[in-house]
Amino acid sequence: MSIFLAMIQEAIHYGMVFLFGSTGETLIEKSGHLNLGVPGIMCLGAVGGGLGAHWAHQAGAGAAGIMVVSLLMTILLAGAGGLLYGLFTITMRCNQNVTGLTLTTFGAGVLGFWGTQMSNKGITFTEPSRIAFTSPLFFSGEVPDNWFCQLFLSYGFLVYFAILIAIIAAVVLKHTRVGLSLRAVGENPAAADAAGINVIKYKYISCVVGAAIAGIGGTFFLMDASRGTPEYIIDAMGWLAVALVIFSLWRPAIGIAGSIVFGFLYRLPYNISALTVVTLADKELIKMIPYAVTALVLIVISFFNKRETQPPASLGVPYFREDR
Amino acid sequence: MEHTNAIELVGITKAFGTKVVANKNVSMELRQGEILALLGENGSGKTTLMNMIAGIYTPDQGKIYVRGQEVTIKSPIDAYSYHIGMIHQHFKLVDLFTAADNIILGEHFHAEPSDGQNKGAAFFKRAGKRLAFGWLKHNRVKQLQTIVDQYGFNIDLSRKIYDMSVSEKQTVEIIKALYRGAEILILDEPTAVLTPQEIDKLFAVLRRMRQDGKSIIIITHKLNEVMAISDRVCVLRKGEHIATVETAATTEKELTDMMVGQKIDLAIERKEPVNPKPRLIIKDMTALNKEGRLALDHVSFEINGGEILGIAGISGNGQRELLEGIAGLQPLVEGEAIFNNPKENKPVTFFHKDLKQIKRMAEEGFFHYPDGTRVSLKGFKNKEIVKLVNDEKILFYEDEVIDLKQKTPREIQELGIKLSFVPEDRLSMGLVGNMSIVDNMMLRGYRKGRSIFLNRRRPKQLADTIIKDLEVVTPSDMTPVRRLSGGNVQKILVGREISSSPKVLMAAYPVRGLDINSSYTIYNLLNAQKEKNVAVIFVGEDLDVLLALCDRILVLCGGKVSGVVDARKVTKEEIGLLMTTVPEEVQVYRYEQEQDKEEVPHD
Repeated sequence: MSIFLAMIQEAIHYGMVFLFGSTGETLIEKSGHLNLGVPGIMCLGAVGGGLGAHWAHQAGAGAAGIMVVSLLMTILLAGAGGLLYGLFTITMRCNQNVTGLTLTTFGAGVLGFWGTQMSNKGITFTEPSRIAFTSPLFFSGEVPDNWFCQLFLSYGFLVYFAILIAIIAAVVLKHTRVGLSLRAVGENPAAADAAGINVIKYKYISCVVGAAIAGIGGTFFLMDASRGTPEYIIDAMGWLAVALVIFSLWRPAIGIAGSIVFGFLYRLPYNISALTVVTLADKELIKMIPYAVTALVLIVISFFNKRETQPPASLGVPYFREDR
Repeated sequence: MEHTNAIELVGITKAFGTKVVANKNVSMELRQGEILALLGENGSGKTTLMNMIAGIYTPDQGKIYVRGQEVTIKSPIDAYSYHIGMIHQHFKLVDLFTAADNIILGEHFHAEPSDGQNKGAAFFKRAGKRLAFGWLKHNRVKQLQTIVDQYGFNIDLSRKIYDMSVSEKQTVEIIKALYRGAEILILDEPTAVLTPQEIDKLFAVLRRMRQDGKSIIIITHKLNEVMAISDRVCVLRKGEHIATVETAATTEKELTDMMVGQKIDLAIERKEPVNPKPRLIIKDMTALNKEGRLALDHVSFEINGGEILGIAGISGNGQRELLEGIAGLQPLVEGEAIFNNPKENKPVTFFHKDLKQIKRMAEEGFFHYPDGTRVSLKGFKNKEIVKLVNDEKILFYEDEVIDLKQKTPREIQELGIKLSFVPEDRLSMGLVGNMSIVDNMMLRGYRKGRSIFLNRRRPKQLADTIIKDLEVVTPSDMTPVRRLSGGNVQKILVGREISSSPKVLMAAYPVRGLDINSSYTIYNLLNAQKEKNVAVIFVGEDLDVLLALCDRILVLCGGKVSGVVDARKVTKEEIGLLMTTVPEEVQVYRYEQEQDKEEVPHD
């Protein structure tokens, strides 16, 4: 029982990394931009989040202070990554895939460089992580040992924040004019333009806001999921976040459930060795499951062939008004 | 106020680049509460003129008055603020959305400008609306439905656009314009995509809107529709305003005269066709267009070797489908395309026929020796036959009759039936924009090579010849075609098709967008082909060119042949009438020497 509970707890914990990433990427893709730079942007976010938390902690800030500074730095760096991506793909109309992949390589490199610097100086983030991130939001001190509290109320602020953002994104996309306009931009920018929507503005805002949200995923992984011990493998998690966008059929609400599934599958190789003896090779094999599941979902939706489950129609196509 | 014009245009001029003048000093007015038909041939500048009212283009010169006030309309949004709505030919709708969502899309969600009484409250109202991102109300469909019912539209607004027919999509566009408060409505060829029943419905809606006080401009080139719906007609020709007349006080004939204008002598050299023999016989060709509507309706005609057959018709009346049908690119619902391959006294080769075919055809008496005796290959060994063929000792007895329906597009091309189609987007068919001129030459001939490596020598020679002969302006023969100007791209396309010594050459709009000199180069090329006894099909828009260049002209209207006329005798007015109406009895002009042996070629 307790092992199973711990596994689900861990699934939710790690799942939120994917949820931040996929919510951000969904917003970007809804504007018609396939940002494969999201893994890199998450790396950039982690750098910003780590730096911010470190500085705030050094300055003697409390839990709230560390969180705020850390998130601000995350949003700044990840948002800058998103802005860069927007500049290349919206204004200069560069190839989106190439730009995105470049950004990913760049972000991973920055994270690696910064991480090495940090460990050279002997800086770790375990302290700010414990104070501000992993401490439960609803309890000061120990979480009561019953399954409800353990399962639902034992997490830090960012877990609830991730779910809140996903819900807000889902509601905005589905129920507001802003969402309607954004979806129109991604589906048929020419029609949106004719309807008086500022297509370029929408694309930029969604690129920057989406990148900022995805960047928080990086910070969350560094400071919360891995408890401040620097495991610099964030770009690998970023790819899973991109896969989750497809898995969730471009719906952030489905993404919440999907992220927990992904979190469970991602941790399965580590947890399974606690239950039974597995070889290293089997472990690597199990790591493929999330990707296999995404492929399976793609196959399943292709059977239904419904327009609603397809990616935004003009995803990856640069928009240029004079191209009539 | 009653006598104010809804829109008045004064001296509007618009040019694209330095060459093409789309509108020249056009003045016209739309009265309050009338339906004005804007009539003109393709390229007469109707759509450009209307786009300037709708805010898509801005005029180079001239003034626009809306309800008596001079205005500058910079964008479609501007146009809406003057209560002008335009329904384009290509609908601007998001397929995945419901009709209702499409209608409210982009409607500004800012609060109404405050009237100065309570600034604080207005600020909070605006901030609140912005924070809520403009919550979509679930009863929006119901609210919209009231507009819909008011005009008697029969449409369910909760349906998605991708489920809708073309006419329903058009209805959504009209509702969208009305919802945004359009008092002046411009419809760009609204009937082009509709069935007759749907057209009747649309006209009923337009009449109801007129009753309601709306002013409407309808762009069309169908005379019967002009007569049926409009109060007044404004005729444009070659970018210039010809006249505006009361519909009741005019006739279709008069309108046609105004539309096509006087005949202009272009001084294109035209020789009499030498020994015209049917090369291609089309019988009952019937085909559907992309939307699944009937695009060709039992089209029958023949083309002779050594003549230029012009195809006239308003664009979208089946020209594209006809050419593609011949080229094998368009699946035919019904009909035949028989090709008389000119082979008499020509040697047989293994390029088109294999050994088995040659043996079978020899048995049926298709071949003869150079001395005239029939070939019978009975008892010959395969080796001997191969030798006879390679020595060119076996000649065709008469022209080969080939049913094109059984051939693939590639086989049809190899038979020498070449299609040079210049669509609106020149690069979409025939050339690859990112490849160099030389490589584009290879697209036609790469199957001839034997080596696995490319040999650019021959294509390079060909490219250089075309560049020299047709005066293509290009930095080098390795320049990507995409970087060339439109006229040069067209020269390369036409030049390549001609270089492969075709037997039937189909050129659709080969001079579209070209300047005069380049156009004459193309005309000369086509004439040279005609002299080589090639059957040339020329699809053109400019009636003057058709009359000066072609030997016979086939007129298409609504996917049907409305006449085949002698280009030397026919007048522009006659063609104009044929382009807009299908007469009860279709006249087909044939050469006199042909008439006695008409039944021979196909059996």
